[in-house]
Amino acid sequence: MAKVIPIEEAVKLIPDGASIMFGGFMGCGNAHKFIDALSKSGVKDLTMICNDASMPVAEENPLYPLSGDGYYGVAKLIHNKQVKKLIATHVGLNKEVAQQSMKDDPPTLEVVLLPQGSMAEMIRAGGAGLGGVLTPTGVGTLVETDNPYCLGRQTINGKDYLLMAPLKADFAVLGAAKVDKAGNAWYKATTSNFNIVMGTAADTVIVEAEEIVDEIPPEDVRTFGILVDYVVEGGKY
Amino acid sequence: MEKSEIKDFIAKRVAKELKDGDVVNLGIGLPTLVPKYLPEGIHVTLQAENGTVGAAAGNTDPIHDVDAGGNPSGIIKGGAFIDSATSFGLIRGGHVDATILGGLEVDEEGSLSNWIIPGKLMPGMGGAMDLLVGAKNVIVAMEHTAKGNAKILKKCRLPYTAVKCTNMIITEMGVMVVTDKGLVLTEYNPEFTVEQIQAATEATLIISPDLKPMV
Repeated sequence: MAKVIPIEEAVKLIPDGASIMFGGFMGCGNAHKFIDALSKSGVKDLTMICNDASMPVAEENPLYPLSGDGYYGVAKLIHNKQVKKLIATHVGLNKEVAQQSMKDDPPTLEVVLLPQGSMAEMIRAGGAGLGGVLTPTGVGTLVETDNPYCLGRQTINGKDYLLMAPLKADFAVLGAAKVDKAGNAWYKATTSNFNIVMGTAADTVIVEAEEIVDEIPPEDVRTFGILVDYVVEGGKY
Repeated sequence: MEKSEIKDFIAKRVAKELKDGDVVNLGIGLPTLVPKYLPEGIHVTLQAENGTVGAAAGNTDPIHDVDAGGNPSGIIKGGAFIDSATSFGLIRGGHVDATILGGLEVDEEGSLSNWIIPGKLMPGMGGAMDLLVGAKNVIVAMEHTAKGNAKILKKCRLPYTAVKCTNMIITEMGVMVVTDKGLVLTEYNPEFTVEQIQAATEATLIISPDLKPMV
């Protein structure tokens, strides 16, 4: 059963060196208040699994909650150099990733890039007990020849596929609009993105919701309470 | 042609390739100009890989609704919000009719490179690798050259985004269809001669017997 705890307490669950999946796409669907608190915690050497590294923002902008420090969502964790390894699909809108991984000497950040559809399915496989994913995506590219998560090529009925390893993590931190007392979560608009699969693929799942409600109608539940360990209230943006 | 007109010229020609009822995924930049040039009576459904079927211009809930470029987006009446795994299931599963995206390089075999310049730029592939292998029709819409250098090559020099994936290349100079024999120039912009188009192209162009002016 999910336990409602204060954000400060939830942040204390994360040790140095933890692997964490963060739902979200360019900040949309990130657990903003949790990430903001984590960015101030001094926790380091994290492995971050997230679609992207979000982005710096020029100034406080109502479109980008909690970006007053100049960084939106998971970009705060990159900026504070709390991440030693980033597994993502696109990092082009956060120049600090290239700085830390290619330009700084020595580099402080290792980046592994995966195709977005492959990453989603690898996480789904991790949470669904599958040994991997066979996908046509990436055949003949660097994903096949130079990626630690590609386990080789297989030909099935004359078509080539890459075998991609499942992905799991110590923690998943999800950003929902509503969560109920049982830990069931509902997502608004495009915020469901990676949150749905990540909720299935981590040892400990933390859901931040803008609102904690009495009950979410069962047919609207997207992340099931049985998967959720902790709930934190983020409040409205 | 003025530099400022090139992108709209290309977008306008790309729009003619879409059929009524198509499900279409647009890359960032030039491809986003295509919908405004759709011929009358042609309606398409835009799929955004981050989680929208039926994406639309608009800005009703910017914190919760973004497009695949991370910018505020909207949704049509009758649209749906979906999660990332479902979204890429649609893409790889052959439920997206066409994708339109730009390229750094494209070659005679239709292979495309647009996600990394080793040691220099590492934006990442995002959803491009999945879209290129999954969409039924892949249209590369881009300027013909970059700073005078050919982008349509015999073989891509940058790492591939996907191999043998492109169906058609549309630039300000012409329309090229990828075939087993190579790139067939089917339309040309009358501002250029065929010789000028070939000179700006490293790949050898096969001139279609039905070569027509781009309109």
